[in-house]
Amino acid sequence: MLSTLTLLSAVLKPVAEGEGGFEAPTINEFYPEVVAFGGTPLELNRIMLIRLLVTGLLILVFWLWSNRFRKSTQTGQFVPGRFQMFGEMSLNFVRKSIAHEQLGEKDGDRFLPLLTTIFFIVLGMNITGIIPGLNIAGTSVIGLPLILALAAYVTFIYAGVRKHGLRFFKNALFPAGVPAPFYILVTPIEFLSTFILRPVTLALRLMMNMIAGHLLLVLCFSATQYFFFNSEGIFKTFGVGTFTFGFVFTLFEMLVAFLQAYVFTLLTTVYIQLSLADEH
Amino acid sequence: MTPVIHEIMRTSAAANPLVPATADLVWSAVVFAILLVFFWFKVLPNFKKNIDARTEAIEGRLALAEKAQAEAAAKTANIEADQAASRQERAEIINAARAEAAQVSVEITEAARLNAERMIETAKKQIEADTQSAVIALRAEVGSLALELASSVVKNNLKEDKSASAIVDGFLADLEKEGK
Repeated sequence: MLSTLTLLSAVLKPVAEGEGGFEAPTINEFYPEVVAFGGTPLELNRIMLIRLLVTGLLILVFWLWSNRFRKSTQTGQFVPGRFQMFGEMSLNFVRKSIAHEQLGEKDGDRFLPLLTTIFFIVLGMNITGIIPGLNIAGTSVIGLPLILALAAYVTFIYAGVRKHGLRFFKNALFPAGVPAPFYILVTPIEFLSTFILRPVTLALRLMMNMIAGHLLLVLCFSATQYFFFNSEGIFKTFGVGTFTFGFVFTLFEMLVAFLQAYVFTLLTTVYIQLSLADEH
Repeated sequence: MTPVIHEIMRTSAAANPLVPATADLVWSAVVFAILLVFFWFKVLPNFKKNIDARTEAIEGRLALAEKAQAEAAAKTANIEADQAASRQERAEIINAARAEAAQVSVEITEAARLNAERMIETAKKQIEADTQSAVIALRAEVGSLALELASSVVKNNLKEDKSASAIVDGFLADLEKEGK
């Protein structure tokens, strides 16, 4: 994949510089024009609107599911229909495959609200990257990944302190079984990896995946547009290739959207699990 | 991927994707808070309640089914016992009836035999009595006939006295002989 991309950019570069028609996507893709409340902390642009839309849709879908669950409980009609079954599958994916698997039933259910929220926010915001008309992920700007990473950070520290008190920091920074002089080396590394790199990598992994995915798609499809309509002769056929790339990457982005949601949630769970564990 | 991104970032304006804008953070926090509260206090409690209730219902229904099965088994056993008992009873009744029938038949036969004997006896006595009375009646009639004959003979042959008494004697002697 890397080599094809390098190849693609190599092919596009002279074309882009030579002719006037092709514009390579830039990082400004992620800073679209402000549409409302300009200059205030509530400044709205396209990406913020997409986030609000996704929030609305998530609330709508889960509201319907939630009502269905409540109705089922009240009427004693316990055989789920297809719609309810799908809701159960979605929620049970986080509950069983992630939370219970890593934390056990008791602690898994304790931290389930955060894990469920993270999973469905990330999944919902990621998937807009390939929804026609939206075409950009709500998680492709640092704010949301950062807030989610912060929530994960606060939660795993809370989990550790709640269970072990201040010994949590001692266990984390001064791992048992290491000869005292080595702490000069080990403690800064542990501090960096546990308290700095964990949240940073959580946020950056997600955001960079979404940025890269979006730029790739824009690159592929704007190149296709350019080859088909602005180029001459043999270059037109290049458009078929770039379109195929774009199509394949769209499918790939579906996988990435799900995978990143899974990875973010799973890592949060693992960090909580490590905080709860007796020995580090 | 890096060369592409690097190339893109080199050519683009100075926007740094790692530095969050205030509005970005605000909206992200709002979205996260809303959804966290929503999942925490609305979706997950309903979901958990439903799943727990279902588990309970399934367990309850399994217990009920087991109970029903046990009851059905008990009923079947009862029915079978009843059937066996009624078969037994039927056999007993039939046997009793057979014995009674045999007894009755013997009694009837005996009674009939006795009856027949009695009737034969009665008939014999009747016949004997009839014979007796017939002999008596016949004798009386024969006597009167004889007297009649005798008187007519007496009337006709009053003159020949000797021969008349001889005829009467002879007649009576013959009659006696024939009677025996």
